[in-house]
Amino acid sequence: MSGAIANAHSKHDDHGPVKGWRRWLYATNHKDIGTMYLVFSLVMFFCGGLMALIIRTELFTPGLQFVDPSFFNQMTTMHALIMVFGAVMPAFVGLANWMIPLMIGAPDMALPRMNNWSFWILPVAFSILGSTLFMSGGAPAGGWTMYPPLVLQTGDAFPFLIFSVHLMGLSSIMGAINVIVTIVNMRAPDMTLLKMPMFVWTWLITAYLLLAVMPVLAGAVTMLLTDRFFGTSFFLAAGGGDPVMFQHIFWFFGHPEVYIMILPAFGVVSEIIPTFSRKPLFGHDSMVYAASSIAFLSFIVWAHHMFTVGMPLTGQLFFMFATMLIAVPTGVKVFNWTATMWKGAMTFETPMLFSLSFLFLFTIGGFSGLMLAIVPADIQYHDSYFVVAHFHYVLVPGSIFGVMAAVYYWMPKWTGHYYNERLGKIHFWLSTIFVNVTFFPMHFLGLAGMPRRIPDYATQFADFNSIASAGAIGFGLSQLLFVYIVIQCVRKSGAIASQEVWDKPRGLEWTVPSPAPYHTFETPPEVSPGAAFP
Amino acid sequence: MIRKLCTSVLALLIAGDAFADWAVNMPKGVTRLSAETYEIHMVVFWWCVAIAVVVFGAMIWSLINHRKSKGAVPSQFSHSMIAEVIWTTIPVIILLIMAVPSAELMIKLEDTRDPDLTVVITGYQWKWHYAYQGEDVSFYSTLARPSMAARRRNSGIDPSTVENYLLDVDNRLVVPKGAKVRVLLTSNDVIHSWWVPELAMKKDAIPGFMNETWFRAEVSGVYRGQCAELCGMDHGYMPVVVEVVEREAFEVWLENEKGGATPVATASGELK
Amino acid sequence: MAVAMFGFGFLLVPIYDAFCEVTGFGGKTANEAATNVAVGADQNREIKLEFVTTVNEYAPWVFRSGVDGMTVHPGGLYEATFIARNLTDSHKVAQAVPSVAPQQAATYFKKLECFCFTTQEFAPGEEKEMPVRFIIDSKIPDYIDTITLSYTFFDTARLTDNSPHTAQPGHKAR
Ligand SMILES: [Cu+2]
Repeated sequence: MSGAIANAHSKHDDHGPVKGWRRWLYATNHKDIGTMYLVFSLVMFFCGGLMALIIRTELFTPGLQFVDPSFFNQMTTMHALIMVFGAVMPAFVGLANWMIPLMIGAPDMALPRMNNWSFWILPVAFSILGSTLFMSGGAPAGGWTMYPPLVLQTGDAFPFLIFSVHLMGLSSIMGAINVIVTIVNMRAPDMTLLKMPMFVWTWLITAYLLLAVMPVLAGAVTMLLTDRFFGTSFFLAAGGGDPVMFQHIFWFFGHPEVYIMILPAFGVVSEIIPTFSRKPLFGHDSMVYAASSIAFLSFIVWAHHMFTVGMPLTGQLFFMFATMLIAVPTGVKVFNWTATMWKGAMTFETPMLFSLSFLFLFTIGGFSGLMLAIVPADIQYHDSYFVVAHFHYVLVPGSIFGVMAAVYYWMPKWTGHYYNERLGKIHFWLSTIFVNVTFFPMHFLGLAGMPRRIPDYATQFADFNSIASAGAIGFGLSQLLFVYIVIQCVRKSGAIASQEVWDKPRGLEWTVPSPAPYHTFETPPEVSPGAAFP
Repeated sequence: MIRKLCTSVLALLIAGDAFADWAVNMPKGVTRLSAETYEIHMVVFWWCVAIAVVVFGAMIWSLINHRKSKGAVPSQFSHSMIAEVIWTTIPVIILLIMAVPSAELMIKLEDTRDPDLTVVITGYQWKWHYAYQGEDVSFYSTLARPSMAARRRNSGIDPSTVENYLLDVDNRLVVPKGAKVRVLLTSNDVIHSWWVPELAMKKDAIPGFMNETWFRAEVSGVYRGQCAELCGMDHGYMPVVVEVVEREAFEVWLENEKGGATPVATASGELK
Repeated sequence: MAVAMFGFGFLLVPIYDAFCEVTGFGGKTANEAATNVAVGADQNREIKLEFVTTVNEYAPWVFRSGVDGMTVHPGGLYEATFIARNLTDSHKVAQAVPSVAPQQAATYFKKLECFCFTTQEFAPGEEKEMPVRFIIDSKIPDYIDTITLSYTFFDTARLTDNSPHTAQPGHKAR
């Protein structure tokens, strides 16, 4: 009690973080929580990456050399779960925590205690998931899509898989609620919705998507749980259920999930490209409408993941047309970014380089996505390496390069020091080259007939697999350089960053000192009516 | 650098023909519909290439010419209604152009009427069972022994010395050339997917459900594929091999097979 | 909202079922006896009906149809027999799951009586003849000329068995 009173008496202005582990365990400061999310995501990125390297090492040559097929399947399943729920999503939540209050002029997130919970659930969830590797029957091996009846054959790990997915979902939902409440209630006066920066916009849309679909995933996995343990037959044909229904429910979650992982990256590059082109974002409002229509359409295209399950023709036609339609707003975004660069005065610092790489390579992923929408062709592509190539193109140079770009862009604001630009550029070139060496040959493999999720393959697939494996190892090693650059920057070994950091960037985050003080915008900033935020 | 990479990839594509092993594209296949599928795949691919040339061209032009180091002065335009309308409508038109032939082909793919022959295919962990409907012919089809021996971890057998490594079976599905073969698919346990790229045919085998599709192979030969839906430990080891033979040869083969049927129910052999 | 969507996840189940029932999506047929089907065979139209039988996860039955197939007129009332024999010397309960191909035909395939409506109990070694009485609705679209009716036999013991199971060939008959 007395401590609390003493605290209340301390001067509010300069009260910094408490020292030691309490600062992190009881963290309610959005910057601390943002940092924890980002560090956690980096750790998970390396765990998932290690699994990817086990996969690629096994696939380096035909024949089984290192692992057994069942362990191989555990690796593919865990790699996906960790990368999706452990690396990409928390990274974006971390960026949201750090940047949204700074970008809208709020002192913190709206619900700081819930924020603490939603972070600390994650290490628990992933410890549970990771521990399944040591259980009898091994980790889940039925694919991250958890299709029944196969997933019901999982060993002791099964309930732990379901429970950890529940926790991940819970964490995402709480994070999403926090983002929505913060954006809706805590904007600086005069910052109207349409004045909000694109990163805030895309996150607002993402948060609504999360809120809408994570509970659906939770419902689906709960049904799996009761099917296994409590005698229900939601997905068992013998009891009047239908295994295909799980796929419908899963992809009702799964397709919006794809956009949950990419929309914030859209937001990031929409911040970075204008800064380094020294021009305002082209078509800010149409970008908002495009992102919203992508989000809306994402709810009515789920069955394009299931064109081979045997759907009536009308269903196939509907989902094909709806899917093709998504190409339109996505195209608008790409064209608008191009128009932003057009007649600008560009410089090519690391964040810009990663954004440009995003632009080119995400577009390639978009093209293969369009090809996959065409049902007759999809029947050939489905569950082949072509699909693996497609979604890695949108997730690695898409989502992950988006995160990398954001970290390079805002890190000087976080630490008050620049990172090592030369090393940053080297990291960029290595990543971009290796990502293509890894994933481009997979297009060929898929078209030539190699199914995904196989531990061994026919000899005619050997050459491209070797190239892909070599690329993957190169990509993995390049990321160690990233860790080195970040540590260097956090240790303040680079040049001191000015308040603006870059050349006249737009946005409120550049009006606070570098490094951003522990508490910012305790009184809301003035947003002059004419200020161009976008 | 990206361009450099693209050119090297392109060079690879062109050089690809020199090596039989370096298959980089979808097979044209041996059915009329597989050829049409290939056609649509290529049409959409070239549309993508065309769009890529325009979009990437604009980006690269801008990257080269609108850089600060060249003394570019940033203009400050930030919207244009006309541009937005143009790059919304043009994609819609292109998409419609792609959608129409796709829809036509889909209708043909679904037309399972008037088959000459019906085969019931049942997926098992991890093999296939084929039953010729109305004939007393049915059998399992499992990974061939040479592959089986070589696939073991550190088996000491070099896969390249095994003919059709992982793509060979003990009993092939034999069908007559030119006949419309209706395929009914179901599964004994988990979901599998029956895929033969040369026939442009992939369909899931789902327990408790009967899926239907068809093909008509126009060229004799042996066509190989694999299970495409993750179905557990040995998912990578349940290949599909279809042998297309002349009608007379098929009749002879069918007569020989009769009587040796393995009905699904007495699968294990231990049952009787 | 999150709670509502969690509920919505479960709500998708009945929605999906209703959807399947209306459209025949997934080749599902109704699992209750049809009432009010117009009877009156349309002698001008013939449809080829084929029967396919399967057992799931090596369920210990021999299961076959009495005839391989039959030719039917839409609107006519027909009966077909399926025969199953329990291969074990223990008491067994089976559930037959019907599926119709092509899927579009499923809603027009009206069963008045079917052994698949309830579970079927088998004494050790028992062989049973099981009837299905059905009408093919005369509203069935013209382009359908062949219908495949498939039944899969499931061992219901599997439903309450929590242990992870991979399909094991050979339930040894003791
Ligand atoms: Cu399989």
